[in-house]
Amino acid sequence: MKSAESEQLTAVDLKRNFFEVKEDMKPKEAIDEANRCLYCYDAPCMNACPTGIDVPSFIKKIATGNLKGSARDILDANPVGATCSRVCPTSELCEGACVLNDVSMPIRIGDLQRHATNWAMEHEVDLFEPGVPKNTKVAIVGGGPAGLSAARELRRLGHEVTIFEAKEKAGGLDTYGIVSFRLPQSVSLWEVEQVEKLGVDIRTNCTVGKDISPETLKNDFDAVLVTVGMGQVPKLGIEGEDLTGVYDAIQFVENTKTKALTEQFIGKRAVVIGAGNTAIDAATCLIRSGARNVKIIYRRTEEEMTAYPFEFEFAKQDGVEFRWLTQPTKIIGDESGHVRQLECVQMMLGQPDQSGRRRPVPIEDSSFLMDVDIVVRAIGQSRHLDLLNAFGLNHDSGVLQLNADTYQTSSAQIFAAGDVVYGSTEYGDAMVVSAAEQGKRAAYAIDKKLSC
Amino acid sequence: MADLSVNLAGIKSPNPFWLASAPPTNSGYQVQRAFEAGWGGAVWKTLGDPVINVSSRFSASTFNGQKVAGFNNIELITDRPLEVNLKEIYETKKKFPNHAIVASLMVEPKQEKWHEIVKKVEAIGVDGLELNFGCPHGMAERGMGSASGQVPELVEKQTHWVKEVAETPVIVKLTPNITDVTATAYAAVQGGADSISLINTINSLMGVDIHSWNTIPHVSGKGTHGGYCGPAVKPIALNMVAECARHPEINVPISGIGGISNWQDAIEFMLMGSTNVQVCTAAMHHGFRIVEDMIDGLNNYLDEKGLARAMDLVGQTVSKYQNWGDLDLNYKVAARINPDKCINCNKCYISCEDTSHQCIDRLLDANGKSYLKVREDDCVGCNLCSIVCPVDGAIDMIEYPSEVEMTWNERQSLLGKMTIGEETVS
Repeated sequence: MKSAESEQLTAVDLKRNFFEVKEDMKPKEAIDEANRCLYCYDAPCMNACPTGIDVPSFIKKIATGNLKGSARDILDANPVGATCSRVCPTSELCEGACVLNDVSMPIRIGDLQRHATNWAMEHEVDLFEPGVPKNTKVAIVGGGPAGLSAARELRRLGHEVTIFEAKEKAGGLDTYGIVSFRLPQSVSLWEVEQVEKLGVDIRTNCTVGKDISPETLKNDFDAVLVTVGMGQVPKLGIEGEDLTGVYDAIQFVENTKTKALTEQFIGKRAVVIGAGNTAIDAATCLIRSGARNVKIIYRRTEEEMTAYPFEFEFAKQDGVEFRWLTQPTKIIGDESGHVRQLECVQMMLGQPDQSGRRRPVPIEDSSFLMDVDIVVRAIGQSRHLDLLNAFGLNHDSGVLQLNADTYQTSSAQIFAAGDVVYGSTEYGDAMVVSAAEQGKRAAYAIDKKLSC
Repeated sequence: MADLSVNLAGIKSPNPFWLASAPPTNSGYQVQRAFEAGWGGAVWKTLGDPVINVSSRFSASTFNGQKVAGFNNIELITDRPLEVNLKEIYETKKKFPNHAIVASLMVEPKQEKWHEIVKKVEAIGVDGLELNFGCPHGMAERGMGSASGQVPELVEKQTHWVKEVAETPVIVKLTPNITDVTATAYAAVQGGADSISLINTINSLMGVDIHSWNTIPHVSGKGTHGGYCGPAVKPIALNMVAECARHPEINVPISGIGGISNWQDAIEFMLMGSTNVQVCTAAMHHGFRIVEDMIDGLNNYLDEKGLARAMDLVGQTVSKYQNWGDLDLNYKVAARINPDKCINCNKCYISCEDTSHQCIDRLLDANGKSYLKVREDDCVGCNLCSIVCPVDGAIDMIEYPSEVEMTWNERQSLLGKMTIGEETVS
């Protein structure tokens, strides 16, 4: 990667900075690693995978040169398995559970999964077929990982499926919200294409509640699955948030994936507020966009940070600075309305709050100023309250009330999965892989209900 | 530093590691390089009437990414004129007088042919002769190699012809492509052999290309059986060496051959009755320099065991190798899993459950953590769990020595006596 410090960045450098960081395993590398796998019985890696991918099986197939079978094993269990191979916190899931951790090095399961799914992407093979038609129609609201996963399984079970997607393209967070250098958009779009190829009708640029009413969905479909995920980053609630140079982290990352990379950040000083994975994404995007200095400021400490350790490590490698126990109190602009300074206050940790984490408390008279050009807020995501209300569903601050067995909401005809049912973000970010699994389970629940 | 030198039926070499008669010993250049690298001896690639070799000769099996688990060849004996080989043997011996050079010979099964080549070869000075009654491919179709070696009378007769004129020790190299190798080994001894060497290569077809449907290797679309060697054949070779070593009427020293890849393999062959070992595939896989670790490892082993000479190893395990009927039926081993070392891969569990005696339980401890336990009373001591276990020390096979030894043969003999007794009574 070329940074602003080394030399003047060109447009070409910028583009290159956003290429996928990690190269695919070389064929021999993959086979050697696959042969190292013990092929455990009732393997802990498989049990650690939220989607239950039969890891030893797909790895054995790499070793025998059966890459098609390998990719099928992965994608059978996880319709967004190519994405997950890039974004899963593998050291906390499959690789963390690998029995070789105790005596050697864990198998590089994520890399092997990427290798096998890359093969599938390069070889345009049809791995799945739609099921025998059941003459039932399911509407899915939101084409992110949960919605896609559910759609794929419902099609395989023979239902007619229509996805209503507000954005121009389906894929949700995978398409728009994960930094390109970790997950190129093409990977997510390939997964969308696989679902479409099974005959799922994906209506993009179609916002439920605006372009089509919840009532219409309820009337025209036998079941509705709500997989709308979460929204934008909420406001910080401090002075100066409307100044030029203040960004929403989700929108900021989305811009790097959907628009021509801009040179406007070259040489700038930036501050990202928050220390979750989205904050890391925004910070590393800023570095790669040429920012001269990028700081992440967080009101708690490294201990309470919700970003995965490997993301934290990645940010440090990229040169992101971390300022713990720091809370912004005011964004100060110059006469032309641009961000100029950030006023912060030093914090200390007090008593534990409801989440069990120690509550940060401001230290008196500790206020100080930081010269900055860019402020990015990454303090969590808002919920789609309006849509949930329009459906007339019970929810708790945007988290849908859900029957954990049937995946039904407070309305028997309406099901839900993914981030929209995921609890408080206080416990860290919901994972793509969890959304995929919930989508699958919701699909089976819908199938069960419609088959009665 | 132990004394690594060996003496095989009068052929002396500075260490027990010889290169077998094969492509690595095709020329003076190669053998001299081998001696420089540390090999103690070399059996020159088989001399005879020069042949024409085909192109595409070697192939190997890869197992789970491990190259050359087994090795196959359809190359015949030397394709260079006898005079050239003899000249190079002479030059090599002159440069390395203390290293063993043995000439491998193969001619038609005629007395005058054997007399002629033995005289020619001994005239330029070799330390011994090895009669190639083993190569299974090509030459066998012309009545030589294993075609001779599979018929005990031919082995005896040809060995005898050689001994009529030979002045140096004669080693007879045996083919494994026979039901009972001791039959031909015995014939060699009867013919006057000073030593036997085994095994030569095993009849083999390396593979079939699943895409072209050709054999592997193929010569312009056609294949033929080759000779198999390398690590995969070691247990077969070791058994044949052992069977000869424990045979009461095969009393000549043995040169062990077959899949020997390192000092540990060499020690096993020596303990099982080999005076020295011959190596080919390991050198073909890695080059001559692998002998350095063979020598070093053997030396360290001897020092560690407090043995002064490599020759002290020869045959130490032979008396322990017996008929099944002489094994103690009352001896028992049972598996025990060490939870501190176990990594919970469950390979022992599934192998026992699916393919052996269903005596490993998957249990949960007080903390809900799963662990594996052998029901030792149900364990038959098959060893499968410890074989598939990837971690050293995680599964011990605990020995339960018998209070009273009882072999099958003893049991049958006792039963026989009882039956006779009963009959007497009735």
